[in-house]
Amino acid sequence: MADFLDFEMLARIQFAFTISFHILFPSFTIGLASWLAVLEWRWLKTGNPAFADVYRMWVKIFAVTFGMGVVSGVVMSFQFGTNWSVFSDRTGNIIGPLLGYEVLTAFFLEASFLGVMLFGWNRVSPRLHFAATIIVAAGTLISAFWILSANSWMQTPQGAEIGPDGLFYPTDWLAIIFSPSFPYRFVHMVVAAYLTTAFVVAGIGAFYLFRGRHAPQARVMLGMAMIMAIFVAPAQLLFGDLHGLNTFKHQPAKVAAMEGLWETRRGAPLKLFGWPDQEAETTRWSIEIPKLSSMILTHDLDGEVRGLKEWPRDELPPVALVFWTFRIMVGLGMLMILTGLMALVLYWRKRLFDTRLFQLWCMALTPAGFVAVLAGWFVTEVGRQPWIVQGLMRTADALSPVNAGAIGVSLAAFVVTYLFIFGAGTFYILHLIAKGPETEEETYGDHGLKTPVVLGAASAPKGGGYV
Amino acid sequence: MFDFSGLIDLPLVWYVLILTAVLLYVVLDGFDLGLGILFPLAPTDQCRDRMMNSVAPFWDGNETWLVLGGGGLLAAFPLAYAILMPALYLPVILMLLGLIFRGVAFEFRFKAKRSRPIWDWSFHLGSLTAAFMQGMIVGALIQGVVVVERGFAGGPMDWASPFTLTTGVGLVFGYGLLGATWTVMKTEGETRAWARRSTVWLLGLAGVSLAAVTIAIPAINAQIGQMWGSRPGIYLLAAVPAVAALLLVMAWVDLRAGREARPFLLVIAFFVTGYLALGLTLWPWIVPYAVTFRQAAAAGSSQSLLLVGTLVLLPVILVYTGFCYYLFRGKASHAHAGAY
Repeated sequence: MADFLDFEMLARIQFAFTISFHILFPSFTIGLASWLAVLEWRWLKTGNPAFADVYRMWVKIFAVTFGMGVVSGVVMSFQFGTNWSVFSDRTGNIIGPLLGYEVLTAFFLEASFLGVMLFGWNRVSPRLHFAATIIVAAGTLISAFWILSANSWMQTPQGAEIGPDGLFYPTDWLAIIFSPSFPYRFVHMVVAAYLTTAFVVAGIGAFYLFRGRHAPQARVMLGMAMIMAIFVAPAQLLFGDLHGLNTFKHQPAKVAAMEGLWETRRGAPLKLFGWPDQEAETTRWSIEIPKLSSMILTHDLDGEVRGLKEWPRDELPPVALVFWTFRIMVGLGMLMILTGLMALVLYWRKRLFDTRLFQLWCMALTPAGFVAVLAGWFVTEVGRQPWIVQGLMRTADALSPVNAGAIGVSLAAFVVTYLFIFGAGTFYILHLIAKGPETEEETYGDHGLKTPVVLGAASAPKGGGYV
Repeated sequence: MFDFSGLIDLPLVWYVLILTAVLLYVVLDGFDLGLGILFPLAPTDQCRDRMMNSVAPFWDGNETWLVLGGGGLLAAFPLAYAILMPALYLPVILMLLGLIFRGVAFEFRFKAKRSRPIWDWSFHLGSLTAAFMQGMIVGALIQGVVVVERGFAGGPMDWASPFTLTTGVGLVFGYGLLGATWTVMKTEGETRAWARRSTVWLLGLAGVSLAAVTIAIPAINAQIGQMWGSRPGIYLLAAVPAVAALLLVMAWVDLRAGREARPFLLVIAFFVTGYLALGLTLWPWIVPYAVTFRQAAAAGSSQSLLLVGTLVLLPVILVYTGFCYYLFRGKASHAHAGAY
């Protein structure tokens, strides 16, 4: 039995590792693709070359990130089978078509038009190139739609029944695709991706301004990012709250873990901090605001919130992990809102682009979105344990008949590979950032970049290693 | 709930669709994996730049067919997916790791300066590993998979044997041949001259590999031996090697005549021939020799839902994939350019 538990843990760690790494890339590229589309539109509309310079710099970063997202994503499409084959067998009727639609509606679109976006600059008209950028951006959103639909069904399953053979059978596709948590999860995640990108862009823009480099382009970056911080960061608080209320309705144990609440009670306090002790079934050293939890979750100061003791012990998630990752996510969200407020004040005082302290602040928050996204996914994924399909199928019953040695070897191989590959990718991205945007003249003049990638070799000037 | 089970033979349609997706993957990613296999043998760095540029706009789309194969298998035949992934755990993971190393090389290689050799080798070894593992997976399928009830019940190393080693090496040569003929078509000058010379060797190696695998199959599996020894299997056994050999000879003649595109197309035809022969031999198994495609089929409603999307979207995908190949037609340069 002990061996079996270790094996389950290994399989979960391996899956958590590959999917956590993977989610970093889409979190960034979903936002980046949409932003690139906006940049290209502004450029075509205004003719301001700063937009084109910024586009050209960030499309390189997009290409590197997207490449890493593709290769880590191909891994995911096989991991359902390698690690969770019983899950694949039992829920294939439901999950399979959703993933199939993701490939058909999004992956091919992104992959094909990415080629046009990256290499078609001189082969197609500006209009068609712009269309390619928009198509890639749309592809990232469609992809998010399907994969979050599949995930949401696992969190709040409906529209299916379990047959006598133990397999799930669909009874209502619309109910499956639009399961109760899906609209909230989709909006919350896409907005999170937008904010992740905004804070990366803000940090880099601030870095250039701090160093006194590339001022016109850096202002575009910081300015556009702050529009997101001012308007979208507060909206995310609202979306997150609605998502939380939806979770409270459908997965109350997860919310109890997020709140660190053990006893069911009316007028439940909001615990700002504390240490949930799973053994003792209590949260130690908590700092509380009276009645606030009830207020948020039930919109009534004396509303009832169910505590963790309502559920059998073997139906509880690891509470401390959920409790803390939730606080990390919310805390970072608050810092983002604060950034927006600071930007607003500085904008009114006409000091947005030359306040050094604010530039340092933005630089410090560069990775904030990534950390918040990962923390949020930990909350929702760890928080639904021990279920792989909420209430219907346990994670422990979903495992593949693979031996622990094979999983251990693959885990080690993934860790080494990912650290090396994605470390190198990060290095090249930092290198691109250090180099900064190139102005129109440089780009076309020095490097012969009017030269398309595929052409008669005789006319191609030497320029192979420039990027 | 809509369900076309009564109207059409859904499992059969899906079996054909999945096999088609895998065939498209083999041909399309085959040539860019083949490029990676041949990479260190190219005479100069400039040749390598050209080879890389000739597939840079396409590799991502090509690899998507693999994701469709995997995702489609899960959707249409979840039981097969659930048995095969654990059965082929290590080769699948090694293939994925190989694909990671080669996939990132497309972007990293042109960003790197001193570290460029690392990404050259990453591209080469990644492609080689992915191709070799895919070949071993094919071999492991021909060998058969141990199944008890609804799960894989064999050992973690069942897939490794002298036979799968042969199929692995064979596919490496086959992909190399696709890559070499692609390079003949998409480059010129010394790169093309080198690719021509390589093609001649690889035509022989691929031919020998196919022959070796064909001879070995009846030896490792008596059932197939019996099927090939009697009608109608004997016609297959007689026709396929003849057609395959003819296609390779035609490719060789074309190459000598200085044709550039036809050798590539003939090698594709060679792959299609071998693939069809294998498909007919393994029919109707989806997990050889334990689960047929009918036994593994998903619920009629699930297969119907995805079929609607596939019938609408697959033609669209083929059109814009074709558009991309048309857009980037012509010979590849060694300069890294494009949007940058």
